[in-house]
Amino acid sequence: MELENNQTGQPFLKEYSYDLGVLDRGYTNRTLYINVGSYKIKEKPVTPLMKDKFIGGKGFGLYYLWQAVTESTKWNDPENEIIISSGPVGGITQYPGSGKSLVVTLSPLTNMPIDSNAGGYFGPFLKFAGFDAIELQGKADKDVIIFIDGNKGTISIEEAHGETSDTHILGGQLTEKYADNEEDRRNIAVISTGSGAEHTNIGLLNFTFYDVRRKGIRLKQAGRGGIGTVFRDKHIKAVVIKFAGVKGNLNHPVDQLTLNKTGIKLHKEIHDLDNAQNRMRKIGTANIIEVMDQYDLLPTHNYKFGAHKDTFKIASDVFISKVTQNSPDGCWHGCSMACAKAADHFELKTGPYKGQKVTIDGPEYENAAGLGSNCGIFDPDAILELNFYCDTYGIDTISYATLTAFVMECYENGILNQERTGGLELNFGNTEASLELLHQMSQGVGFGKIAGLGIRKMKAYLAKEFGADPQFLFDIGMEQKGLEFSEYLPKESLAQQGGYGLTNKGPQHDEAWLIFMDMVNNQIPTFEDKAEALHYYPMFRTWFGLNGLCKLPWNDIAPADNKLTDEPAKIPEHVQNYVDIFNAVTGKAIDKHELIRQSERVYNFQRIFNIRMGFGKRVHDKLPYRAMGPVTVEEYVSRQERYDKQLTELLDYDTTGKSTEEKIKVMRDYRESQYEKLTDAVYKRRGWTMDGVPTVEKLRELEMDLPELLEVVEKNM
Amino acid sequence: MKLLAKNDSLCIGCGECEEACSKTYFKEVNQEKSCIRIKDKTINVCTQCGECIDVCSVAAISRDKNGIVRINKKICVGCFMCVGFCPELAMKMHGDLLEPFKCVACGQCSKVCPTHAIYISEEA
Repeated sequence: MELENNQTGQPFLKEYSYDLGVLDRGYTNRTLYINVGSYKIKEKPVTPLMKDKFIGGKGFGLYYLWQAVTESTKWNDPENEIIISSGPVGGITQYPGSGKSLVVTLSPLTNMPIDSNAGGYFGPFLKFAGFDAIELQGKADKDVIIFIDGNKGTISIEEAHGETSDTHILGGQLTEKYADNEEDRRNIAVISTGSGAEHTNIGLLNFTFYDVRRKGIRLKQAGRGGIGTVFRDKHIKAVVIKFAGVKGNLNHPVDQLTLNKTGIKLHKEIHDLDNAQNRMRKIGTANIIEVMDQYDLLPTHNYKFGAHKDTFKIASDVFISKVTQNSPDGCWHGCSMACAKAADHFELKTGPYKGQKVTIDGPEYENAAGLGSNCGIFDPDAILELNFYCDTYGIDTISYATLTAFVMECYENGILNQERTGGLELNFGNTEASLELLHQMSQGVGFGKIAGLGIRKMKAYLAKEFGADPQFLFDIGMEQKGLEFSEYLPKESLAQQGGYGLTNKGPQHDEAWLIFMDMVNNQIPTFEDKAEALHYYPMFRTWFGLNGLCKLPWNDIAPADNKLTDEPAKIPEHVQNYVDIFNAVTGKAIDKHELIRQSERVYNFQRIFNIRMGFGKRVHDKLPYRAMGPVTVEEYVSRQERYDKQLTELLDYDTTGKSTEEKIKVMRDYRESQYEKLTDAVYKRRGWTMDGVPTVEKLRELEMDLPELLEVVEKNM
Repeated sequence: MKLLAKNDSLCIGCGECEEACSKTYFKEVNQEKSCIRIKDKTINVCTQCGECIDVCSVAAISRDKNGIVRINKKICVGCFMCVGFCPELAMKMHGDLLEPFKCVACGQCSKVCPTHAIYISEEA
């Protein structure tokens, strides 16, 4: 029977009631399954195996996705799922960065599992509403909104009517619609995407939270891998959750006092030291823009260069003057790091919302570097406008920026021209053309439709349609495994090349960011040192994603005496904080070594999942040469002194009288061989074969010798 | 603005004020549950400076008409950022309690102070 929803006046397609349940030691011990195609809703128990081996967060996401798909499932098949989960520590209010939602799906860019995390209130609210995870499967035949009332214990699937899908409008409308009154808006969290996700492969998910000071919604993004594209392909317009009554003990931790004390210790550290360290409270991640430029690491003109004379125009101080200061800008309660900055009352100059005054979440470093320098754009207002439209259209800023930089290089090389782009003059630095490309993506028209396919598919298109040289496209197209690179120039850091290349989900910096350790501080000189770092850091950082935690409060603030510790790069005191809060919530007794093993189990599971889907081997870990060294004469000449010196000192190669092309070739052979040696060392350290397959022995050692994993591994030996 | 003013040089460290405070608010004698703390004859108590107001992400802290900075426990989510960010280290936490607590200048402690080291000041 179709019931009328009193609150919204919309017809229910399905209504479901559940017992609120009990949250104990970080787990509700129950997950929620919704099929938007059949409207089936059911509750599933969380098993001891799930908790012991997968912990939560992306561990639960990968576990459920494995069961949902087969090796032939494509991202747009109904059986593909989007799984959202927080993790056992997620939702505590005392320790900075404890509100993350981890999202897992089969990616339209990589055709294998992607995981991406977002702030905002959804993950914690889901847990307080009674579920450790939500699985969204199936494909609706009309747009639907899912509404979970975590206080009443009701779930409804409702037909969506009329609303635009662009998040700055839809998120606000739904927050207002489902809140009882203004005071209640803080209890609403919305997941949605935007019109761009309907027409591109780089759609993201926006997670809202209501900012009680600004009296409006704020947006945080699960950006990477096209999750928003899957969301809209399922015809889900939004998932709305309501939970009133957040307190500091809802996880029912075994040791509340330790949570309080550990949180206060870090709050005080941030209060005392942040301004002298990273200024995260002032400008968030954008604090490093000029630092990256200074070290020749700021991607410029599609990663050709690492610095630009105009970087000062988009330096952090410029953005400090544009974002509202002294506001508690955390994306979950208790985040005193407060990096979620926002520029308020920004008047848009282009697009469908031209003239509107909006709040822009950002800029993040990635946005400034990607939308800015990498595309040759050094106008802070243009970066903010691009940032805004990417967010509201539901487009991943990183993929958008990196693919636009690629398009711009193709344009300047003549692979593209005005005729082929439908009139867009996509030279580096053309702000208007970049914005127009973005607006086209939101409508699925013009060259925006082609660009929105992502770099990998665009490369095939450019080779096929215009006869472009596939090798050159491979060299300059900054994607690997189908995912666009994030915004760091890894050419001079072999370890960071590994940090991008030897990853589960493609070249992002969620797994490892080793540039400073390697290139600037020279702390990991040998292959073995680099391999150890490329084991430890990806595993350590994976752990955040199992627990609903943010990486930033780990090392974007450091204790005053951190430099005196034996391993300053690990921030040992903060590692112990994580051990302490995990044990305080769950009642378990892990130490810093077991923490790494927890991650190793899930990391190896994800690797084997990739192999099961036909990827995840050595061949898939190769990098485009632009990530490793100078592709073009222009690049080589721009840093000739450095490269000539390296050839002389490292290879004993006499550069006298040699052409640049000859030197590029010798340099390339050398650097590619270095990357292969690094790959050998890393696979060995991780317990994998030289083809990148986890060994049976490794799985046994980790107690992950599950039959379904052994089957895949043995088939691929 | 009303506040609990202090004169450290008069403090003899007897602890009467701490006892009065914890009894008033928590019905027990427990220094750890006192809003005022005495250590080495130094008095630690909120100056009502209000820096915590801007730190609170849920706007649970506000200044009342008498100038007293108060916590709305109903809204507070127990994050304790205000404790870590208090310049006077005068915002307190106790493991039995989900919210922080602080001096609201009620004056109960000043009534029992034998040396008048603490007193209610209402200066502008």
